[in-house]
Amino acid sequence: MSTQATVTGSNGPTELKLSKRDFESDQEVRWCPGCGDYSILAQVQRTLPKLNNPKENYVFVSGIGCSSRFPYYMDTYGFHTIHGRAPAIATGVKITNPELSVWVATGDGDALSIGGNHFIHLLRKNLDINLILFNNRIYGLTKGQYSPTSEVGKVTKSTPFGSIDHPFNPVSMAVGAGATFIARAMDRDPAHLQTVIQKAHDHKGTSFVEVFQNCNIFNDGAWAKYTDKQSKPDNVVYLEHGKPLVFGPNREKGIRLDGFKPVVVSLTNGTYSEDDLLIHDEAQPNSTYAYIMSHMMDDPELPVPVGVFRSVEKVCYEDALMGQVEAAKKRFGKPDLQALLESGDTWEVK
Amino acid sequence: MSKPVESLPEVTIRFAGDSGDGMQLVGGELANTSALSGNDIGVFPDYPAEIRAPMGTLPGVSGYQLHFSSFDIHTPGEQYDALIAMNPAALKMNIENLKANGILIANSDAFKDRNLQLAHYDENPLENGSLDKYQLFSVNMTELTSKALEELSLSSKVVDRCKNFFALGMVFWLYNRTMDHAVGLIKAKFSKRPELVDANLLALKGGYSYCEMTEQFATSYEVKPAKLPPGKYRNLTGNTAVALGAIAAGQKSGLPLFLGSYPITPASDILHELSKYKHFDVRTFQAEDEIAAMCSTIGAAYSGALAFTTTSGPGVALKGEAIGLAITTELPMVVCNVQRGGPSTGLPTKTEQADLMQAFYGRNGEAPMPIIAASRPSDCFETIYEAFRLAIKYMTPVMFLSDGYIANGAEPWMVPKVDNLAEIPVAFAKDPESYAPFLRDEKTLARPWAVPGTPGLEHRIGGLEKQADTGNVSSDPRNHEYMTRMRAEKVANIANELPATKIDGADSGDVLVVGWGSTAGAIETAVEHQQARGKSVSRIHIRYLNPLPNDLGKILGNFKHVLVPEMNSGQFVNLLRAKYLVPAIAFGKVQGLPFYSSELEAKIDEILESK
Repeated sequence: MSTQATVTGSNGPTELKLSKRDFESDQEVRWCPGCGDYSILAQVQRTLPKLNNPKENYVFVSGIGCSSRFPYYMDTYGFHTIHGRAPAIATGVKITNPELSVWVATGDGDALSIGGNHFIHLLRKNLDINLILFNNRIYGLTKGQYSPTSEVGKVTKSTPFGSIDHPFNPVSMAVGAGATFIARAMDRDPAHLQTVIQKAHDHKGTSFVEVFQNCNIFNDGAWAKYTDKQSKPDNVVYLEHGKPLVFGPNREKGIRLDGFKPVVVSLTNGTYSEDDLLIHDEAQPNSTYAYIMSHMMDDPELPVPVGVFRSVEKVCYEDALMGQVEAAKKRFGKPDLQALLESGDTWEVK
Repeated sequence: MSKPVESLPEVTIRFAGDSGDGMQLVGGELANTSALSGNDIGVFPDYPAEIRAPMGTLPGVSGYQLHFSSFDIHTPGEQYDALIAMNPAALKMNIENLKANGILIANSDAFKDRNLQLAHYDENPLENGSLDKYQLFSVNMTELTSKALEELSLSSKVVDRCKNFFALGMVFWLYNRTMDHAVGLIKAKFSKRPELVDANLLALKGGYSYCEMTEQFATSYEVKPAKLPPGKYRNLTGNTAVALGAIAAGQKSGLPLFLGSYPITPASDILHELSKYKHFDVRTFQAEDEIAAMCSTIGAAYSGALAFTTTSGPGVALKGEAIGLAITTELPMVVCNVQRGGPSTGLPTKTEQADLMQAFYGRNGEAPMPIIAASRPSDCFETIYEAFRLAIKYMTPVMFLSDGYIANGAEPWMVPKVDNLAEIPVAFAKDPESYAPFLRDEKTLARPWAVPGTPGLEHRIGGLEKQADTGNVSSDPRNHEYMTRMRAEKVANIANELPATKIDGADSGDVLVVGWGSTAGAIETAVEHQQARGKSVSRIHIRYLNPLPNDLGKILGNFKHVLVPEMNSGQFVNLLRAKYLVPAIAFGKVQGLPFYSSELEAKIDEILESK
């Protein structure tokens, strides 16, 4: 449309001279003090100025939940919608103006429970939209019920005898839905989170980022094992494309594949070196590898991977749609409304 | 020796057969040929919800009714002059409405043991004298079709499927129709299978020749062209008219047309139709569900498209929460409900007008939206166009109501001149100095439309209550009451620009019939008849249901009786009673069928006699 600015692109030297402050709205942030959402907001605000998009081209769409207040705090176009539906609304935005940089801020209840259908279909259709899932494994805004990512046995207000639901693994879900970009990051690792946000933006297609986010009121410490300085090195492995999976306080452990099962091996007892380890390949066309990686989360013996699980190219929905529109314009020429109305069998009454 | 031709002013004919018998195809073709011959027409396709119900059964019967005439008509007719029954079930389901001495053409080959049993006939009705009051033509269509196609050596299954065109050929002879258009249709429809072109052409011509040759048929009939206002005409269904009206609104407004839709009977044809016209900058999105269809439409409206969603009642139920979001964020779009029988899944292929209260109130909180309803297939064009015009002008979602009867029904449409269509001006906000998201236009109370991508107008909107002007989140009690009132006032204000209500008949008298939506044709016919008999009966038909026209209360007050026929148990009538305190009389029909004008006439008689 002629009304929209057309400057887009990324990675190029930024000429727009935007800063974090340009992305801070005048609204008072009203998350609970200590909430992990603050960090995610800050990392997004720090990353956007680097992306070389004009500010007016950013649109943040959200559903309902604590995380969904996100757009109010961004000085961009923002739409706080209804529970679970942000992906569908973002789809309409993107189809109408593919030039926009469209982002969805959502939570584990919003995206995986009430909005599960829209979530998987967004990933399947592969619109160029970035979706950040604030996963705190709890319902915060409704004051503490279990969520679809809460672990079995979790005692909450609605599960006084412990949750009996088997949780979703969001990364596995994304793999199953055919997502072309899947990543995980943590609120407590800001630098890495910024890198992942930038990669999500740069990826053409739907980018799914799960962020381990702490709810210090209703589920404090849910991710402490992975985010606390002490326990993190033994329990988190950073995925880097083309590099072996190494972790541990002194990088003394690695991951090998035993058939379909990742196993931890020592790099200090002389049996294995880094050359023997699994080399991370986010670009594998087949999603089996990403699926195996996604399930490391469910095995207490294994560290949890963070970083980019999968990044592959696939045609974006809006590009294919606009391709059809352009092809039709070429084929049928300038639209003639009068001729259309008079098409088919007509007759003249004198 | 040529047979005598008798001239008739009008004919109502019904094709009936199994849902796989191709009745819709040949019925539609007779309709097109009749329209092209200059007749006025009204059609009523009446088919089961199952794609292929078990063969030969009563629920599997598919019907296509056509009314064609040499004068202006408003309905697809009631009792038929002719019935084509392809099997016993089709006969059983439809014989009741065949006029005494009406023409009954039955495919006698299908009246065999199994089919008779399935239709619950103890003996063959073609042979036991039970149909003596009709002109019965018992024709062995299956065998005759097979003979006509002998030279092609096709499988018996393929041959059997051509008998609908044999039947059409017979009807063409009976009503002196030219076969040119049907020949073109067959060639186009089966272009990828030349053997079927030959087969169906032979069947069509076979049916025609059979009537000409056999002594069974002594007389044929003709219906002269109708005197319609001069202009260029085409035949179209309500659903096609909706699609064309939406495209026209897109072109006139200069915006890309976005349709977010999920397939649902009887609205899917609008999605099919619009997806063909991408070169008119139409972007169709088949969503994963009804909710996503609505939400994508909201997203499109937010970003500056002419946003549209199409569905039926169950879909509107699912969209309800999102429509509330569209109302509170005051974004322009049109929600099209092609109503069908409810509640729940109800009668998917049958018609009803029972979603009016849903249109008014089917959302949480106080969430008013303009509601307008189309009255005839061709009126769908103008009405959907008007819906878009209002949506943009007042920055609001608009509910457009159609129903299965006019969506699938067809009639001749005088093609309008594009230049004569109302303008749909669009003014996106541009100026950061004067912009605030909920600062209202003094006259229309519309808020500005600032689309993402516009420099300096970055802002946030959402489902939480907004502060007046700034649009910031606010739970201030007085602000909420103010905003609730503004949203209602904005919609109510539309009444000030509505045209004066057209009264068909005197502007005072004994009975005023008040209709809305697809009942227009039957009401018009009934009132015309009453007026011709010198009765003091007038009618008005309401397109704008919310807000109602300003002059409505005064008009209602000028009649002794107000009669409100509608295909529900009395929804609109209750609104009129509540708003205008008039003792309006409800007349409901909830059979999944449109009104017959005779039913309305009888009701009017009853009221006139009661005084």
